[in-house]
Amino acid sequence: MKVIPEQKEHVLLKDVQKGYGDRTVLNGLELSIHKGEFVAIVGKSGCGKSTLLRLIAGLERLNEGVIRINDKPLTQLNEHARIMFQDGRLLPWKRVIDNVCIGLAKDAKAKAKIALRQVGLEDRMKEYPAKLSGGQKQRVALARALVHDPSLLLLDEPLGALDALTRIEMQDLIASLWQKNKFTSILVTHDVEEAVAMADRVILIENGKVSLNQVINLPRPRQRTHPAFSMYLEEILGRIMDRQQKKNFVM
Amino acid sequence: MLVRPKGKEAAVKIIPWCIPLVLLSGWQLLSWAGALPERILPAPTKVFQAAIGLVSTGELFSHVSISLTRALAGFLIGGIIGFLFGLFNGVFRFADLVFDTSIQMLRNIPHLALIPLVILWFGIDETSKIFLVALGVLFPVYINTYHGIKSVDKSLIEMGRAYGLKGGALFFNVILPGAMSSILVGIRFSLGVMWLTLIVAETISAHSGIGYMAMNAREFMQMDVIVLSIVLYALFGKLSDVIARYLERRLLQWNM
Repeated sequence: MKVIPEQKEHVLLKDVQKGYGDRTVLNGLELSIHKGEFVAIVGKSGCGKSTLLRLIAGLERLNEGVIRINDKPLTQLNEHARIMFQDGRLLPWKRVIDNVCIGLAKDAKAKAKIALRQVGLEDRMKEYPAKLSGGQKQRVALARALVHDPSLLLLDEPLGALDALTRIEMQDLIASLWQKNKFTSILVTHDVEEAVAMADRVILIENGKVSLNQVINLPRPRQRTHPAFSMYLEEILGRIMDRQQKKNFVM
Repeated sequence: MLVRPKGKEAAVKIIPWCIPLVLLSGWQLLSWAGALPERILPAPTKVFQAAIGLVSTGELFSHVSISLTRALAGFLIGGIIGFLFGLFNGVFRFADLVFDTSIQMLRNIPHLALIPLVILWFGIDETSKIFLVALGVLFPVYINTYHGIKSVDKSLIEMGRAYGLKGGALFFNVILPGAMSSILVGIRFSLGVMWLTLIVAETISAHSGIGYMAMNAREFMQMDVIVLSIVLYALFGKLSDVIARYLERRLLQWNM
């Protein structure tokens, strides 16, 4: 028998149902994520991937099923998790450093400075967010999330609005900080290439369920030119598009 | 560009005063030329002389200070009540349900229509004027505070919650600053209402204040004093606008 290294389960979703009114979004979804893993969730827009993330963050209640964090059922806001939103959501009336300090104790400036240094923005800490570029804003949002030392980092398409070059830069930054700080990370994205570039495992959500669970066996830091990289990419994309074609055909 | 960068700052300070200066000199010239009879409009110099005369007797100071006291007292009372109601109705759903409909009904009554009633209730002493100013100031502050709080970006509130803010911390870090620009619009608007109400109230029923000074002068046909009162109102109006702008610059720095 092969020895499987012991992996502690961090996030467990069982038979999760979630809908709004008549519309069912997640329907019997099962997922298990172990400590320190980087999981990417992909799927077409409206498939419920963001809803899933918001459920894990405790920002929304599920209709049925159970979510367990470190084997304890999640009933309210997930306090060990920090979420990074697509639109940054920095407070425009607070300077960069004070944005990073949100939710910290009063004497946390030093910690916030370290977090800003990690994302390379220590020299902009006195600015208001309006003065920053889109990529810089997301760096601040990343620092704001990391300063809490979360055991779980939730990324809700945080790079979706950035230009291609900034996006690759941010992907590398997040991946390197993840490797260094060893938190569990769940990334929701519509960009399959981003998923392959960052995650240990890519999960596809279709019809409210997990329809693909693809482990990405590539060395880190990930090389986008690696031959296996495009193989993974093609496979996952093929899976998404294939389904789409069949559907169109039936219609 | 018309203005060179070097002189730009000075120009920015001078240009807004050009029209008032031209009007003033035109007025003075027409008076000198005899085109403006003194019974219709006394010359600026006459008005200035009247001002000096009233300052030397101490009359002007006492009228101005009583008017300012009324304005400020009414503004503070009405402003604080309006702000608190706006705050509670904006933040708490239950307070909103209980109070908002009634406040919206009262808001649509022109508060100056209450003058006869207010005179019968409080007579013509201080209470009636402060009451009217407070009532006039209350609604614009209420509406804008309420609306400001209701329209704070929900996604920022959610972010605040997700990052561990709640109760007072959430209010002072996210909700209040988010509503601030709207609150300041309300304050600015209500400063205008404050002067308007006070002028009307003092003109109709008072035995002191700038409005009384004007009405009293009318009985003795002292045109210069009447014009002086109007100029005083204009100056105080400008002053409250300067204060409002200063508040905006201080509190909305991030938006500049």
